[in-house]
Amino acid sequence: MLTLSLILCPIVAAIAVLFSSRETARITALVGTLVELALAAHAFYYFTANADFQYGFDYAWLFNATDGKSGIRFSGAIDGISLLPVVLTGLVTPLIVLSTFKQTYDRANSFYALILFMQSALMGVFVARDGFLFYLFFEAALIPIYFLAAMWGGENRVKVTFKFFVYTIFGSLLMLVALVYLYANTPTTTTGVHSAAIADLYALNLSQAQQGWIFWAFFIAFAIKMPVFPFHTWQPDTYVESPTPATMLLAGIMLKMGVYGLIRLLLPIVPAGVDRWGSLAITLSIIGIVYGAIIAIRQRDMKRLIAYSSFSHVGLMAAGVFSRSEMGLQGSLIQMLAHGINVVGLFFIAELILQRTGTRQLDQLGGITRNTPKLTVYFMIILLGSVALPLTNGFVGEFLLLAGIYAYNHYLGLVAGLTIIFGAVYMLRMYQKSMFGTANTRTEAIADVSSSESYTLLVLCVFVFWMGLYPASFLKLTEPAVANLLQYIK
Amino acid sequence: MSTDLLCLLIPLLPLLGFLINGLGFRKVPTSLVGIIGLAGPVLAFICVFLLWGAFKAGDNAVIKSVLFDWISVGDFHINFSFQIDQLTMLMLGIVTGIGSLIHLYSIGYMHHDAGFGKFMAFLNLFLFFMLLLVLGSNFVIMFIGWEGVGLCSYLLIGFWNTNTSYNNAARKAFVMNRIGDLGFLLGIFTIMATFGSVEYTDVFTQAVGMEVNDKVILTITLLLFVGAMGKSAQIPLYTWLPDAMAGPTPVSALIHAATMVTAGIYMVVRANVLFSLAPLTLDIIGGIAIATALLAASIGLLQNDIKKVLAYSTVSQLGYMFMGLGATAYTASMFHVITHAFFKALLFLGAGSVIHAMSDEQDIRNMGGLRKSLPITFWTFLIGTIAIAGIPPFAGFFSKDEILAHVFEHSKVMWVLGVIGSAMTSFYMFRLLFLTFFGEFRGTSEQKHHLHESPLSMTLPLMVLAVLSALGGLMNVPEVLGGSAHLAEFMSPLFDEARQANPAIFEANALDHGTEMMLMGVSAGIAILAAIGAYFMYVRNAAVPAPDSAERSLPQQVVYGKYYIDEFYESLIVRPVRALGDAFYSLGEFAIDAVVGGVAFAVRGSSTALRRVQSGSISLYVLIMVLSITLLVALRFFTLPFIGGK
Repeated sequence: MLTLSLILCPIVAAIAVLFSSRETARITALVGTLVELALAAHAFYYFTANADFQYGFDYAWLFNATDGKSGIRFSGAIDGISLLPVVLTGLVTPLIVLSTFKQTYDRANSFYALILFMQSALMGVFVARDGFLFYLFFEAALIPIYFLAAMWGGENRVKVTFKFFVYTIFGSLLMLVALVYLYANTPTTTTGVHSAAIADLYALNLSQAQQGWIFWAFFIAFAIKMPVFPFHTWQPDTYVESPTPATMLLAGIMLKMGVYGLIRLLLPIVPAGVDRWGSLAITLSIIGIVYGAIIAIRQRDMKRLIAYSSFSHVGLMAAGVFSRSEMGLQGSLIQMLAHGINVVGLFFIAELILQRTGTRQLDQLGGITRNTPKLTVYFMIILLGSVALPLTNGFVGEFLLLAGIYAYNHYLGLVAGLTIIFGAVYMLRMYQKSMFGTANTRTEAIADVSSSESYTLLVLCVFVFWMGLYPASFLKLTEPAVANLLQYIK
Repeated sequence: MSTDLLCLLIPLLPLLGFLINGLGFRKVPTSLVGIIGLAGPVLAFICVFLLWGAFKAGDNAVIKSVLFDWISVGDFHINFSFQIDQLTMLMLGIVTGIGSLIHLYSIGYMHHDAGFGKFMAFLNLFLFFMLLLVLGSNFVIMFIGWEGVGLCSYLLIGFWNTNTSYNNAARKAFVMNRIGDLGFLLGIFTIMATFGSVEYTDVFTQAVGMEVNDKVILTITLLLFVGAMGKSAQIPLYTWLPDAMAGPTPVSALIHAATMVTAGIYMVVRANVLFSLAPLTLDIIGGIAIATALLAASIGLLQNDIKKVLAYSTVSQLGYMFMGLGATAYTASMFHVITHAFFKALLFLGAGSVIHAMSDEQDIRNMGGLRKSLPITFWTFLIGTIAIAGIPPFAGFFSKDEILAHVFEHSKVMWVLGVIGSAMTSFYMFRLLFLTFFGEFRGTSEQKHHLHESPLSMTLPLMVLAVLSALGGLMNVPEVLGGSAHLAEFMSPLFDEARQANPAIFEANALDHGTEMMLMGVSAGIAILAAIGAYFMYVRNAAVPAPDSAERSLPQQVVYGKYYIDEFYESLIVRPVRALGDAFYSLGEFAIDAVVGGVAFAVRGSSTALRRVQSGSISLYVLIMVLSITLLVALRFFTLPFIGGK
């Protein structure tokens, strides 16, 4: 039931936001997301470290069978694999809402309601236990983010969001076809109906050829969402043109739908397909790591730089999944959370600087640190998380991911490892060009972070260190589910 | 106090200092900043002293202290745990001892700076990471410290962060170290795959049974050495260290001379079992080391910045330490780490005192005759110079000679090259000394007016370090000179496993006393000759190096231009990567878009029915999507027999 409330709470809050006055919209939204955070925290705190699905709900929906199991069901629950994305969604959304407090948006009610609808859909993706339900939420998440980008975005928003939309719809359609095909292949012998339960999809005995096709259908769908090279060209523009809260949702949470999909659906449903094509997928992912990083080195716009860095980092997570090792999978799970925290922090800081100086162009910035001791420290901590310095959250994930990839193939591990060098190059360059050096007319009078901004950054920083110093609080919870999954696919 | 508590307190005390000064920056009063900043290292030093007692009381048995299970995946665990043995004790002594002295010095040197609190905080943080590095009981804890000291090095090199070239130097240091760190990391992964553990004791016990020059061992040791190259500034990853002199001078003394840069030597000595099993790697190390030692020493001959001379000297001395490692003279290398920490910290702090007195002047062409106005600085600097030059009976003589004696057993050619290097060392150090402290004053009258000896907080560390530089050699006087090689005896148990794993490599054809004396005589004699040469050139003939604009002969110009290695890296790596970034961004992205988009369009284009929808507005899409989702939800209330309902 807790799981169901995780999906419903944001919807209720969204409706409340729509009916509240313009001034109270954001407060209502914040309260709603805080309640959701409490629910997610509850789920995290009371989660039992085993491979079972917990806090579940299960209702008949379509084509019900008499056994109360088959058909398409409205069912969801949290296991070790869903837990961290759920925590991420619960944690980051209130911070995103809080981060907007110094801004005023037109049609604020719609703006905040869309964020809340988005949260509901994201939660749905991460807890769905039915293939079609997963698809439903996967698609549903696109609608609010599309409107956020198209209505509150920058100058090129129409062109950019169109590309984004076509790309992701295309991927989703492939997934839908694959799901229908899988559904139709489930046995009907005992109950007379097919079953879309994800567990039943795992049990399918598909031929090598079938698995190959389904592998690609799923892979392209998820690869577009993350994105993985070469399906990424929608991403930098969309991240840059979207209003920053939407960018945070996209990079912080939404791209994890792709990584999560790989782990939840692709690996266990088509293990033979992964055997056949996994090496190609991992190679594409690793090309993306280096390609994205090298582009990031040359970017002048902070937001675009962070967008490319995110593209580079997500390649590492995908590669870790395809290494199909316990380290790689554990690494990508913890890195999903870590990356979500860091990238939200970075986009927020880019936005703070834009609001105060009117620019995100690195060559127009510099010398900010002189007036902003708090921002200097927060930015540095989040940056250290992003460059995976030991004792920060980024290190645990990258260490495990790289170890998993290196065990899979030494050379791929070496190339993927370049991320720690390039990451340092572009991140430190960004920091230096914005914060250090001499101040100019734009930056000399810059104000330090306000208290509401400070809360957001402080919470992010606490997580940077908590996850870096004591990752066991997270790894222990995900471990049984990952071990279980690995047994399934071997 | 229990040893567990002591182990914990040693890194935590400086960390506490960092937190107080760091978080309270601009609020903690200046007078307190210094005391808080100094308290951490001094208390940690006292803890090290107490720990030493406990260690001795336990008959030098290895002490382990497990804090918690840090990262674990399946059966693989990385503990956050510490290990105390002879090597750790030595390093703890150096880091907290010299660390305390340099913190004291920093109070005098930096208290006028607006960022004094920040400075002390970063120094404390550095100590925390450095102590983790040497305390860790496994490779990953070492790696935490390894990267952490890199961060502090970055923060402190770019301490005066309004200066772009300082910031660039800081970034360069971090990135070059990261290149090495990738090697280290891959080495750790190979260790994990081979031994199923990263814990020193587990790994080394298993390694004892392995073949000499086993491929896996070679891979591991080479990858680890790549890490050492970065941190300890060996060819090809050394160019960051001279640039790192942008940082305040106490930083150069502590991080870029006495402690952090010797982490690479610590790592090899720590993993001596693995390296002893890989003679091939040791040969590579030896080759790179001698090349680095000579290259850096030759550059040092023509440098005119007081700190740059010392920086190249550090690179060169680190080369000597690795030369020792290459000849499996682990003890001798550690001995040199210790003595070098004494005299190089002394020299840097002395240089700082000079720079302080000269109102931030660093060019020795504008100094001269300073011995009268800076007597303490002069005398202590002189002792440091004699020590580093390898003139008996000061510390550097003993440690460098021990390395050279082992190198001689290993290869006569290497020994000759080593002696040439030490002649250069003696020459450039005395050149530095003479140009700074002898002759006529060559600075401005304003500088002259301002000349003063530094306050006690700065001269006291100089005096202590001078005593250590003078007497430090006594801890390991060889038998041939009537000593009893205390240090060698103390460290011996560290190499038991290595001796067991590969006895052949330790069976040196021991030198007879006559040869040993002869070798010492030669190297000391050459060092003295070089010093005399420098005296004639710079004191008798009062030669002053030519200004930068002067015409130089081609070989001189090449050395003066530091062999143009930076320019070489710039055109070989930096610019191509930038060009690639631009090409990817402008062309690559466009091409990918065209190809991926084109394929998608071709697929969609085949269906004319859909075309009309595609050309339509986004809102239509969204409408369709919303409708279909609603439909999907609403389907709940209908049954569609053809899909397979009831």
